[in-house]
Amino acid sequence: MPDLKLLEAEPSEAERAAIDAVVGAEAANGGRVARSDRTRRHLLLPALRAAQRRVGWVTPGALGYASRRLEVPPADAYGVATFYALISLEERPPEVLHVCTDLSCALAGASVPPGAHPSPCLGLCERAPAALRTVAGPEPREEQIPPSSPPLPQTTGLKLLRRIAEGADPESPPELRALDRARVLGAQRVIELVKASPLLGRGGAAFPTGLKWEAVARQPVKPHYLVCNADESEPGTFKDRVLMEQDPFALVEAIGIAAYATGCEKAFVYVRAEYPLAHERLQNAIDRADVGVEIELRIGAGAYVCGEETALFQSIEGYRGEPRNKPPFPVEVGLFGKPTVVNNVETLVNVPHIVLGEDARDTRLFCVSGNVARPGLYELELGTPLGELLELAGAERAKAVLLGGAAGSFLRPDQLDLPLSFDAARSAGVTLGSGVVIVYGEDAELVPAVLRIAEFFRDESCGQCVPCRVGTVRQEEALHRLASGKANGNELAVLADLTQVMRDASICGLGQTAANAVDSAIHNLGVLQ
Amino acid sequence: MFGAGGGTSSYEETRAADLIVLWGSNAREAHPIFFHHLLKAVNNGAKLIVVDPRRTPSAQWADLWLGLDVGTDIPLANAVAREIIEAGLADMEFVGRATSGFEAFRESVQPWTLDEAERVTGVPAEAIRELAHSYGEATHAQLCWTLGITEHHNAVDNVFALINLALLTGKVGKWGSGLQPLRGQNNVQGGGDMGAIPNRLPGFQEILDDAVRAKFDAAWGSSIPPKHGLHLSGMFEAMEHGDLRAVYVVGENPAQGEADQARAERLLQGLDHLVVQDIFLTRTAQLADVVLPAAATLGEAEGTVTSSERRVQRVRKAYDAPGDARDDIEIVYELARHLGHDLGSTKAEDVWNELRSLSPIHAGMSYARLEELGGIQWPCRDESDPGSLFLHGRLWDDVVEDRAPFQVVEHDPPVDTLDDDFPLRLTTGRRLESYNTGVQTGGYSSPLHAGGLDILLAPEDGARYGIRDGGRVRVVSRRGSVETSARYDKNLRAGLAFMNLHFPDEVATNVLTIDATDPKSGTAEFKATAIRLEAIA
Repeated sequence: MPDLKLLEAEPSEAERAAIDAVVGAEAANGGRVARSDRTRRHLLLPALRAAQRRVGWVTPGALGYASRRLEVPPADAYGVATFYALISLEERPPEVLHVCTDLSCALAGASVPPGAHPSPCLGLCERAPAALRTVAGPEPREEQIPPSSPPLPQTTGLKLLRRIAEGADPESPPELRALDRARVLGAQRVIELVKASPLLGRGGAAFPTGLKWEAVARQPVKPHYLVCNADESEPGTFKDRVLMEQDPFALVEAIGIAAYATGCEKAFVYVRAEYPLAHERLQNAIDRADVGVEIELRIGAGAYVCGEETALFQSIEGYRGEPRNKPPFPVEVGLFGKPTVVNNVETLVNVPHIVLGEDARDTRLFCVSGNVARPGLYELELGTPLGELLELAGAERAKAVLLGGAAGSFLRPDQLDLPLSFDAARSAGVTLGSGVVIVYGEDAELVPAVLRIAEFFRDESCGQCVPCRVGTVRQEEALHRLASGKANGNELAVLADLTQVMRDASICGLGQTAANAVDSAIHNLGVLQ
Repeated sequence: MFGAGGGTSSYEETRAADLIVLWGSNAREAHPIFFHHLLKAVNNGAKLIVVDPRRTPSAQWADLWLGLDVGTDIPLANAVAREIIEAGLADMEFVGRATSGFEAFRESVQPWTLDEAERVTGVPAEAIRELAHSYGEATHAQLCWTLGITEHHNAVDNVFALINLALLTGKVGKWGSGLQPLRGQNNVQGGGDMGAIPNRLPGFQEILDDAVRAKFDAAWGSSIPPKHGLHLSGMFEAMEHGDLRAVYVVGENPAQGEADQARAERLLQGLDHLVVQDIFLTRTAQLADVVLPAAATLGEAEGTVTSSERRVQRVRKAYDAPGDARDDIEIVYELARHLGHDLGSTKAEDVWNELRSLSPIHAGMSYARLEELGGIQWPCRDESDPGSLFLHGRLWDDVVEDRAPFQVVEHDPPVDTLDDDFPLRLTTGRRLESYNTGVQTGGYSSPLHAGGLDILLAPEDGARYGIRDGGRVRVVSRRGSVETSARYDKNLRAGLAFMNLHFPDEVATNVLTIDATDPKSGTAEFKATAIRLEAIA
């Protein structure tokens, strides 16, 4: 607030205009009456993003102006700005190249040219190696490199991807038959249908969607919010991007149904910042399809942890994306403290099919990348053996498969008959997570992948709770000692302790799973033993 | 209002309020501890309304800010009262049972229509209406004020104007609603409670009451004169007339804290004898014949302090005072011994127990109970009394013996009038990091002091009088002038300027201020000075 007179810098006119476009123009001086609106902090990240897209970074003037307009202490706003990898508080040129060096791109030989920034997974794994160029200015833009996706590698047996495979126009609204049907059925009946379906959350936690909806619908506290979690940032994941880019109307229609069923007055879609085409297509779909609920697109700023639902709420509300303690759970105390349905994109696009009752197959999307002939998005019925998927994708002589992403597990070649279902995965002590399948071929090196995973978690830990903040650092250090031959002998014991402590005592899934892949690499594959 | 000077309600009630009005209070900077309690209410959904000429940091936090002209609090309050009556929001049952003088009061506020109040105060009628309706309709409302109300030549009338609003709506004497004059330091309340005011003995007992005096005379073996003493402004008048020739100053810096500073310093220098007892060598101490170095209350002495919510709390000694500094009690008692009197034990608890034996509102507060209960709010009349969360609950009895009177108060604009020679209104106030004349806060360097010397003005006035943002300026009032730098502040409207008083050695703001003093409270009109600005090339 202005009583902390630490930021005297003024914004440039361009920055002021960019921020005003988000928060509204400032009232003239000299009035006798003023009203504080303490409810607008949630515009902080959009305001900072707007300023950065205008001039390339968030200057002290822009930070101070956004703080003042939104009545957030500058120190607090600084804490928010520094939380996100893609917000820069240091001067940099308007054009910045972010080169993905994460798992799939590393397998494809990614290298960072001088002046470019290395980046965690950009969600372009089927086109690896990939990059994202951000260009600030009067007409800011973001460019994915390579610029377009290859066609879907699979053309038959599709349900969620069917319209995409058929080449539906992602910019023209289709008939919203499922939404119409839902309104005929009534909210209660829609919830019953979803409860009766086998639909489990597809963000990674696999919670029954119908139960979640019912819990929110029953809450007497109003308003209810719907949040679509489209912040997929698990290295190797790109399924939600493909859905949003190629069939955004399916998501918008599903949001309309979900909001109708659960009594939500407003919906937010929180999309990671690295998906410019998804932003554009989704905004167009929101504008063109009236689904009976106000839908607001929110764009992240580079933070893996914001995919955790409560961190995502914090981010929307204008705070650092630090997860909250649960309970209370979002169905009771969620976004802005209100009962909230939070569903992943893939989860939601199942809903129209359930409402229409036309295709009862329970399918699941898999993001296949790495050493395969046909990387891309696959849709298979749950229970299909992993080997079958690998065959479809053209994976030959895999020496390991990372299932579930950085938070998942490495499998040996002799474990590839695993049926891809929640139950089978659980029995095998692994997770389908967000459907990531990264294939390591004969010649691939596993040690760099393990080190990269450790680096990823260390970098993405929000730092809020000790087990994760300290544990991810110690894990990476121990792995580097092992990898560089400077081991002192107790590394494996240390890693085992860290695995246990992070799983038991971290408050969110990031810390709880930060040792999974590392642990499986060591104990299942025998890497670094 | 009812004989005892203290906030009627508790922090706990503030936290539970659904409306908080800060009237002439920038609590966010000047009362940060209280403001934390207030914020809890705000976070729970309470509405905050701030009445202040400046859009202060507190006002910036408010749901509604009313930027009235300096010194127009009575017109505003009277218009609020009129609107409450007209809109049927007055608690007529309470008015009829617990108050007196309503008819005359209603008559007196009749001229203050919303439009007339807008004309005089500058605040749009619609905002005044909103304030009236918010206050009238609130279930739990706290009406709080500080020096924006009391540093005027008609300070007491200003306070009466606010009390009238509480009486009119029955927002006093019951849980959740009350009147709070916020205290600027941890023990301002305690000072008055202990009798450091000219008309009362400890525990707010009237000095003119024979029975009261007889009790104290018996306990102290003395003969207390049956007359009111002098308040600070009265003392300076007495100095001016030569009636007061020797002064003993304890923990106060009047050489820099009084309005019209040049006069204050001249009068102190002209005394036959000046004794100053303080923890710092203040400007006043530098003028003294004798300086008695004292131990700090916090950390170096045993005793009690009393907060804005009338809560008496223990303070404990943690370490020895440096050098020759001695405990205040020891100094006073030693002085008495030299004058031939033995005041008894200097142990803080013994002094406190003597106070308890004489002040009924403190009688139940043994050290053991203060410790056990984490402080006790007065009145606390015996050792089974838990203390009082709020005052004046008696107003809600079925039969009210001693009714609370409405006070008819009329608008009386500031003494230092604006004209062509002195066209700008200067008001003074506090900053978050500093306290009063800076005795305790100016002695260390801090980035928070940055800009502390500046006069703040509206950018429009800067343009009008040819003063650059950051430029040097001479500030001239009818009493004197100071030179400083100017800084534009968009929270000021044209015609209003602001200075603080924390750095008197560098910028003696009180050289400018007027010593027009409220005869009833003894407080000078620090808040309203007429000035002009002269750019220094």
